[in-house]
Amino acid sequence: MKLSDIRDLLHCATLSGEELLNLEVETAVASDGMSEVLARPHPGALMITGLTNVQSVRTAVVADIPAILYVRGKRPNDKTIELARDKKIILLATKEGMFDACGLLRDRGLKGGM
Amino acid sequence: MKKIFEVKGGDFDKAGETSTEVKTLLKDLGLDSGIVRRAGVVTFEAEMNVVMYADRAQVTFILTDKDIAIEVRDQGPGIPDIEMAMQEGFSTATDEMREMGFGFGMGLPNIKKNSDHFTLESEVGKGTRLYSVIRLDSDAAPDTRV
Repeated sequence: MKLSDIRDLLHCATLSGEELLNLEVETAVASDGMSEVLARPHPGALMITGLTNVQSVRTAVVADIPAILYVRGKRPNDKTIELARDKKIILLATKEGMFDACGLLRDRGLKGGM
Repeated sequence: MKKIFEVKGGDFDKAGETSTEVKTLLKDLGLDSGIVRRAGVVTFEAEMNVVMYADRAQVTFILTDKDIAIEVRDQGPGIPDIEMAMQEGFSTATDEMREMGFGFGMGLPNIKKNSDHFTLESEVGKGTRLYSVIRLDSDAAPDTRV
Protein backbone atom coordinates (compact mmCIF):
# COMPACT_ATOMS: atom_id res chain seq x y z
CA MET A 1 0.00 0.00 0.00
CA LYS A 2 1.36 3.38 -0.96
CA LEU A 3 2.02 5.79 1.88
CA SER A 4 0.17 8.49 -0.03
CA ASP A 5 -2.92 6.21 0.03
CA ILE A 6 -2.48 5.70 3.77
CA ARG A 7 -2.26 9.47 4.20
CA ASP A 8 -5.53 9.95 2.28
CA LEU A 9 -7.34 7.07 3.99
CA LEU A 10 -6.54 8.22 7.52
CA HIS A 11 -6.59 11.97 6.74
CA CYS A 12 -3.01 12.31 7.89
CA ALA A 13 -0.85 15.33 8.21
CA THR A 14 2.57 14.71 6.65
CA LEU A 15 5.23 15.95 9.06
CA SER A 16 8.29 14.65 7.27
CA GLY A 17 9.15 12.99 3.95
CA GLU A 18 6.44 14.52 1.74
CA GLU A 19 8.61 13.70 -1.27
CA LEU A 20 8.85 10.02 -0.27
CA LEU A 21 5.14 9.19 -0.11
CA ASN A 22 5.31 7.04 -3.25
CA LEU A 23 6.95 4.38 -1.12
CA GLU A 24 4.94 1.17 -0.70
CA VAL A 25 4.66 -0.76 2.57
CA GLU A 26 3.35 -4.32 2.87
CA THR A 27 3.60 -4.83 6.61
CA ALA A 28 3.00 -2.81 9.77
CA VAL A 29 3.97 -3.05 13.42
CA ALA A 30 1.84 -1.34 16.05
CA SER A 31 3.09 -0.60 19.57
CA ASP A 32 3.80 2.15 22.05
CA GLY A 33 6.69 0.08 23.41
CA MET A 34 9.82 0.58 21.35
CA SER A 35 11.50 -2.56 22.72
CA GLU A 36 8.55 -4.53 21.35
CA VAL A 37 9.32 -3.16 17.90
CA LEU A 38 13.05 -3.78 18.32
CA ALA A 39 12.43 -7.35 19.53
CA ARG A 40 11.36 -8.43 16.06
CA PRO A 41 12.53 -5.87 13.57
CA HIS A 42 10.62 -5.74 10.31
CA PRO A 43 12.65 -3.87 7.80
CA GLY A 44 10.44 -1.92 5.44
CA ALA A 45 7.37 -1.98 7.71
CA LEU A 46 5.19 0.95 8.76
CA MET A 47 5.36 1.61 12.52
CA ILE A 48 2.06 2.67 14.07
CA THR A 49 2.45 4.24 17.50
CA GLY A 50 1.18 6.78 19.98
CA LEU A 51 4.72 7.40 21.23
CA THR A 52 5.87 10.71 19.80
CA ASN A 53 9.24 11.30 21.45
CA VAL A 54 12.61 11.27 19.72
CA GLN A 55 13.07 7.59 20.54
CA SER A 56 10.28 6.69 18.10
CA VAL A 57 12.40 8.06 15.24
CA ARG A 58 15.59 6.51 16.60
CA THR A 59 13.81 3.14 16.82
CA ALA A 60 12.75 3.50 13.19
CA VAL A 61 16.36 4.26 12.19
CA VAL A 62 17.75 1.27 14.11
CA ALA A 63 15.02 -1.13 12.93
CA ASP A 64 15.12 -0.01 9.26
CA ILE A 65 11.55 1.23 9.41
CA PRO A 66 10.95 3.84 6.70
CA ALA A 67 7.75 5.41 8.03
CA ILE A 68 5.93 6.15 11.29
CA LEU A 69 2.20 6.75 11.66
CA TYR A 70 1.35 8.61 14.88
CA VAL A 71 -2.17 7.95 16.13
CA ARG A 72 -4.66 9.57 18.57
CA GLY A 73 -3.92 13.05 17.19
CA LYS A 74 -0.51 13.10 18.83
CA ARG A 75 2.33 15.06 17.29
CA PRO A 76 6.07 14.89 17.89
CA ASN A 77 8.02 18.01 18.79
CA ASP A 78 10.11 20.00 16.29
CA LYS A 79 13.36 18.32 17.32
CA THR A 80 11.91 14.89 16.59
CA ILE A 81 10.56 16.03 13.21
CA GLU A 82 13.95 17.53 12.39
CA LEU A 83 15.72 14.23 13.16
CA ALA A 84 13.20 12.37 10.98
CA ARG A 85 13.87 14.73 8.08
CA ASP A 86 17.59 14.28 8.54
CA LYS A 87 17.30 10.49 8.58
CA LYS A 88 14.69 10.42 5.79
CA ILE A 89 12.02 8.83 7.98
CA ILE A 90 8.48 9.59 6.82
CA LEU A 91 6.17 10.89 9.56
CA LEU A 92 2.38 10.82 9.25
CA ALA A 93 -0.08 11.86 11.96
CA THR A 94 -3.74 10.87 12.16
CA LYS A 95 -6.53 11.62 14.60
CA GLU A 96 -7.67 8.00 14.44
CA GLY A 97 -7.00 5.79 17.44
CA MET A 98 -4.59 2.86 17.28
CA PHE A 99 -7.36 0.23 16.94
CA ASP A 100 -9.23 2.00 14.16
CA ALA A 101 -6.08 2.96 12.27
CA CYS A 102 -4.88 -0.66 12.36
CA GLY A 103 -8.32 -1.98 11.38
CA LEU A 104 -8.64 0.34 8.40
CA LEU A 105 -5.16 -0.50 7.16
CA ARG A 106 -5.67 -4.23 7.61
CA ASP A 107 -8.92 -3.98 5.63
CA ARG A 108 -6.90 -2.53 2.76
CA GLY A 109 -4.45 -5.44 2.77
CA LEU A 110 -1.64 -4.35 5.05
CA LYS A 111 -0.26 -7.32 6.98
CA GLY A 112 0.81 -7.49 10.61
CA GLY A 113 4.49 -7.66 11.27
CA MET A 114 4.65 -8.77 14.90
CA MET B 1 38.43 -0.15 13.99
CA LYS B 2 37.83 1.01 17.54
CA LYS B 3 35.45 3.74 18.69
CA ILE B 4 34.60 4.93 22.16
CA PHE B 5 31.45 6.87 23.07
CA GLU B 6 30.35 8.43 26.34
CA VAL B 7 26.69 8.10 27.36
CA LYS B 8 25.21 10.21 30.14
CA GLY B 9 22.56 8.85 32.50
CA GLY B 10 19.22 10.65 32.59
CA ASP B 11 19.73 12.38 29.25
CA PHE B 12 16.60 11.13 27.49
CA ASP B 13 16.84 13.61 24.62
CA LYS B 14 20.21 12.29 23.54
CA ALA B 15 19.42 8.65 24.23
CA GLY B 16 19.93 6.73 21.03
CA GLU B 17 22.45 9.10 19.49
CA THR B 18 25.31 6.65 19.87
CA SER B 19 23.40 3.79 18.27
CA THR B 20 22.27 5.99 15.38
CA GLU B 21 25.87 7.07 14.80
CA VAL B 22 27.19 3.53 15.01
CA LYS B 23 24.55 2.27 12.65
CA THR B 24 25.41 4.92 10.06
CA LEU B 25 29.10 4.10 10.44
CA LEU B 26 28.61 0.35 9.96
CA LYS B 27 26.22 0.89 7.06
CA ASP B 28 28.72 3.17 5.33
CA LEU B 29 31.33 0.43 5.66
CA GLY B 30 29.04 -1.76 3.56
CA LEU B 31 28.28 -4.41 6.19
CA ASP B 32 25.24 -6.65 5.76
CA SER B 33 22.09 -4.73 6.71
CA GLY B 34 20.84 -7.47 9.04
CA ILE B 35 24.12 -7.48 10.97
CA VAL B 36 24.05 -3.69 11.13
CA ARG B 37 20.49 -3.83 12.46
CA ARG B 38 21.46 -6.32 15.16
CA ALA B 39 24.36 -4.11 16.25
CA GLY B 40 21.95 -1.16 16.26
CA VAL B 41 19.42 -2.96 18.47
CA VAL B 42 22.12 -4.09 20.94
CA THR B 43 23.55 -0.59 21.22
CA PHE B 44 20.21 1.20 21.40
CA GLU B 45 18.82 -1.04 24.14
CA ALA B 46 22.08 -0.83 26.10
CA GLU B 47 22.12 2.93 25.71
CA MET B 48 18.53 3.22 26.94
CA ASN B 49 19.45 1.13 30.00
CA VAL B 50 22.29 3.53 30.78
CA VAL B 51 20.06 6.57 30.32
CA MET B 52 17.33 5.07 32.49
CA TYR B 53 19.40 3.58 35.30
CA ALA B 54 23.08 4.57 35.36
CA ASP B 55 25.06 7.76 35.98
CA ARG B 56 27.27 7.44 32.94
CA ALA B 57 28.82 4.83 30.71
CA GLN B 58 31.55 4.22 28.21
CA VAL B 59 30.53 2.37 25.08
CA THR B 60 33.38 0.73 23.17
CA PHE B 61 33.04 -0.70 19.68
CA ILE B 62 35.63 -2.91 18.10
CA LEU B 63 35.10 -4.01 14.53
CA THR B 64 37.38 -6.70 13.10
CA ASP B 65 37.08 -8.74 9.91
CA LYS B 66 35.35 -11.44 11.99
CA ASP B 67 33.00 -9.67 14.36
CA ILE B 68 31.64 -6.57 16.09
CA ALA B 69 32.30 -6.37 19.83
CA ILE B 70 30.25 -3.92 21.89
CA GLU B 71 31.19 -3.24 25.50
CA VAL B 72 29.09 -1.00 27.74
CA ARG B 73 30.71 -0.27 31.10
CA ASP B 74 28.58 1.91 33.35
CA GLN B 75 28.85 3.57 36.72
CA GLY B 76 25.54 3.15 38.43
CA PRO B 77 23.47 1.17 40.92
CA GLY B 78 24.28 -2.23 39.41
CA ILE B 79 21.90 -5.18 39.00
CA PRO B 80 21.26 -7.20 42.18
CA ASP B 81 19.81 -10.26 40.44
CA ILE B 82 21.08 -10.75 36.89
CA GLU B 83 19.08 -13.94 36.34
CA MET B 84 15.85 -12.12 37.11
CA ALA B 85 16.86 -9.06 35.06
CA MET B 86 17.34 -11.32 32.04
CA GLN B 87 13.76 -12.59 32.21
CA GLU B 88 11.52 -11.16 29.53
CA GLY B 89 8.92 -8.89 31.14
CA PHE B 90 10.84 -8.29 34.37
CA SER B 91 11.40 -4.58 34.90
CA THR B 92 12.12 -2.08 37.62
CA ALA B 93 11.25 0.86 35.34
CA THR B 94 9.26 3.84 36.52
CA ASP B 95 6.17 5.19 34.74
CA GLU B 96 8.32 8.00 33.36
CA MET B 97 10.64 5.47 31.72
CA ARG B 98 7.71 3.58 30.24
CA GLU B 99 6.35 6.82 28.81
CA MET B 100 9.59 6.97 26.83
CA GLY B 101 8.63 3.70 25.16
CA PHE B 102 11.11 1.58 27.12
CA GLY B 103 11.27 -0.24 30.45
CA PHE B 104 8.97 -3.16 29.61
CA GLY B 105 11.52 -5.81 30.52
CA MET B 106 12.52 -6.45 26.92
CA GLY B 107 15.86 -4.64 26.70
CA LEU B 108 18.32 -7.19 28.06
CA PRO B 109 16.55 -10.14 26.39
CA ASN B 110 16.62 -8.18 23.10
CA ILE B 111 20.35 -7.61 23.50
CA LYS B 112 21.02 -11.28 24.24
CA LYS B 113 18.85 -12.41 21.32
CA ASN B 114 20.81 -10.26 18.89
CA SER B 115 24.21 -11.33 20.21
CA ASP B 116 26.25 -14.39 19.26
CA HIS B 117 28.09 -14.05 22.55
CA PHE B 118 26.74 -12.15 25.54
CA THR B 119 27.96 -11.57 29.09
CA LEU B 120 26.60 -9.36 31.84
CA GLU B 121 28.48 -8.68 35.07
CA SER B 122 27.40 -6.33 37.78
CA GLU B 123 28.38 -5.10 41.19
CA VAL B 124 25.67 -3.47 43.28
CA GLY B 125 26.52 0.14 44.07
CA LYS B 126 29.30 0.28 41.49
CA GLY B 127 28.10 -0.55 38.01
CA THR B 128 27.53 -3.01 35.23
CA ARG B 129 29.55 -4.35 32.32
CA LEU B 130 27.70 -5.63 29.30
CA TYR B 131 29.60 -7.35 26.52
CA SER B 132 28.09 -8.42 23.22
CA VAL B 133 29.71 -9.95 20.16
CA ILE B 134 28.04 -10.24 16.77
CA ARG B 135 29.83 -12.43 14.26
CA LEU B 136 29.90 -11.03 10.77
CA ASP B 137 29.20 -14.46 9.26
CA SER B 138 26.24 -15.23 11.55
CA ASP B 139 22.56 -15.23 10.59
CA ALA B 140 21.65 -11.70 9.66
CA ALA B 141 18.20 -11.77 11.18
CA PRO B 142 17.67 -14.73 13.52
CA ASP B 143 14.49 -13.38 15.05
CA THR B 144 12.63 -11.98 12.09
CA ARG B 145 9.34 -13.59 11.27
CA VAL B 146 6.44 -12.36 9.17
